[in-house]
Amino acid sequence: MARRVTMQRRLAFTALAWGVALLLFFPILWTILTSFKPEAQAIASPPAIIPDWTLENYLTVQERSDYFRHFLNSVIISLGSTLLALLIAIPAAWAMAFTPTPRTKDILMWMLSTKMMPAVGVLVPMYLMFRDFGLLDTTFGLTIVLTLINLPIVVWMLYTYFREIPVDILEAARMDGAILWKELVYVLVPMAVPGIASTLLLNVILAWNEAFWTINLTASKAAPLTAFISSFSSPQGLFWAKLSAASTLAIAPILVLGWLSQKQLVRGLTFGAVK
Amino acid sequence: MGSITLEHVNKSFGEHAVIPDASLEIEDGAFVVFVGPSGCGKSTLLRLIAGLEDTSSGLIRLDGEDVTRKGPAQRQLAMVFQSYALYPHMTVRQNIAFPLKMANVDKAVAAEKVAAAARVLNLTDYLDRKPRQLSGGQRQRVAIGRAIVREPKAFLFDEPLSNLDAALRVNMRLEITELHQQLRTTMVYVTHDQVEAMTMADKIVVLNAGRIEQYGTPMELYRSPANRFVAGFIGSPRMNFFEGAAADNYAAFAIGVRPEHLTISREAGEWEGTIGVAEHLGSDTFLHVDVPGAEKLTVRTDGERDFAHGDKVFLTPDPGRIYRFDKDGQALR
Repeated sequence: MARRVTMQRRLAFTALAWGVALLLFFPILWTILTSFKPEAQAIASPPAIIPDWTLENYLTVQERSDYFRHFLNSVIISLGSTLLALLIAIPAAWAMAFTPTPRTKDILMWMLSTKMMPAVGVLVPMYLMFRDFGLLDTTFGLTIVLTLINLPIVVWMLYTYFREIPVDILEAARMDGAILWKELVYVLVPMAVPGIASTLLLNVILAWNEAFWTINLTASKAAPLTAFISSFSSPQGLFWAKLSAASTLAIAPILVLGWLSQKQLVRGLTFGAVK
Repeated sequence: MGSITLEHVNKSFGEHAVIPDASLEIEDGAFVVFVGPSGCGKSTLLRLIAGLEDTSSGLIRLDGEDVTRKGPAQRQLAMVFQSYALYPHMTVRQNIAFPLKMANVDKAVAAEKVAAAARVLNLTDYLDRKPRQLSGGQRQRVAIGRAIVREPKAFLFDEPLSNLDAALRVNMRLEITELHQQLRTTMVYVTHDQVEAMTMADKIVVLNAGRIEQYGTPMELYRSPANRFVAGFIGSPRMNFFEGAAADNYAAFAIGVRPEHLTISREAGEWEGTIGVAEHLGSDTFLHVDVPGAEKLTVRTDGERDFAHGDKVFLTPDPGRIYRFDKDGQALR
C-alpha cells in the first residue's frame, strides 16, 4: 500500500516538474518556433504550433544588420568583464576568507547592498563620466562597467568557495616556501577550480544578458546582442518572425553554453550546501 | 644549523595575552617537545616560530639572525600539521617535490631528492597516487617527506600523531625519533600527550596558560619538577597531592608522591585506606585507594600482586621521593 502511494507521489511530482519546466521554457520555445515561420503564419490567429519551416527570417536578419559584429562584441564584453572580475575577486576573496578582520562581514554586506541600488539612479552621472572619458560606445568602457556591476557577486561566490578550503593547506604552502602569488596560483586556484569555473560561467551569463547599461552606453560600434535586439524591435517590431529570429540568434550561444555546463553550474551553486 | 632563540616573546589578541612573556633557547640539533593542556598556547608558540603568526613584541632568532618580521616562506623551516595538510590536487610525488619547486631547484636534482625521501619513508610505491588514496599513516609520511626533502634548518611538528590510531601512533613515534637520530636536525614538537613528550624529547617545555613553567630534560622534569603544575603534568599516572596535616608533617603547604613511590602493604603503613578500583594492566596494576581525609590516591604496583576492590591496605611513601610545595605551588627544596 505504502509503495503505491510513493509511486503515485513520484508520478505527480514528475508531472508537476515537467509542467513547471515547460511553463518556464515556453516563451523561449515559442520564440524559436516563430523564428522558423513565414511572417503571415507568425501573426495568424489562431496561432499555428508547427511552423512551415523557413530560414528566410534568419537570412533577412543577417542582411539587414551585422549579427556577427554584435555577437563578437558580446563575447568580448562578457568574457573580458568576467576575466577582469576574477582577477580582482580572487585576491579579494582570499583576503576575506583567510585573513578576515572584524569588519570583513560588513564589507561583504556593503558590496552586496550595491546590487540593490536601482541602476537608473546613477545613469546620468555614469553617462556623463563615460562621455568625458571618451568611453561611450566602446567595448572597453562596457567591460569596465560590467566588471564593476558583477564584482560583488563574484567576490561573494569565491569567498563562499574559499571558506571551504582548509587554511592548513595554505599555511603548509607558505611553510614550503611559497610566496603569496605562488600560494594562489599553485595551491588555492587549483583547489578551487570547480568554484571558480561555476563563478566564471554564471558571470558570463549575467554579463551576456545585461541589457540596461549595454543599451544605454552604446550606439552602434560597441553594441552587443542585447542592444542589437532592442534596436531591432523598433523598426521591425511588427515583424514577429524576424524579431524572433534575431532573438533566437542572440540567446542561442548562451543557451548552448548553459546547457553544456549545467552540471558544473548546479554543482557550483550548491557547493558547500550539500556535503 | 638550526638554533632557535625566543626573547621575551609576547602574543596578544586585543587585551588577551595568549603568550605573556616567553624566553627560550633551543640548541641546534635538539628534539624539543612543547607539552601542556589544551589551550595552554603551545601551538601558538610553534606558529610564532614558524612565522604563521606575528609576535606582538619580543624577538625570535634563528641561528642568531633576527627573523621576527620575516614571513614563513623566508625562515627555511618545515612544518608537519596535525591535519597533514597535503595538497589534494597533487600526487604524492608532486606533494613532496613542492618545496623544491618553490625553491627553484633543478628538476633532475629534485627528482633524485624526492626518490631518496620516498625510499626513507617507504613511499616509493605510492608516488603516483593522490593523497585521498592513502591511509592516515601514509599521509603523515608524505607530510614528513615534504618536510625533509629540502633540508630545513628545523622541523616543526604540530600534534602530528593525534589523528592516528593508538598502534600507528606508537610506530610513527618511533619513526620520528629515528628520523631525528639520522638527520640530527633541530625538531620542535607540540603535543598534549605527556607520554609522547617523555619518550621522544631531548628537552621538554611545559606550558601552562601561555607561560613556560619549566624547561629541561624529561628526567629533570620527572625528578625535580619546579612547581606543582609540572609535578602533576609529568608522569603517568599523575602525582598524588596532600594538603593539611599530612603536609604539615613535612613543613610544607602541600606534598606530592608519585604512584610508583608508594609502598603498599596489608599489615602496616603511614596511611590506611580501602581500594576503590583496581586496574590490572598485566605488567602493572594501578590501585585507586580511598584514604579518609585525603583525595583518592593512585598507587602503582607490580602486576602480579593480587589486590581487589574493597581490600583494606596501608600505604607508605618513599621518604626520599616526597615533593614539597609552598602555598603558591612552587617546589621547596
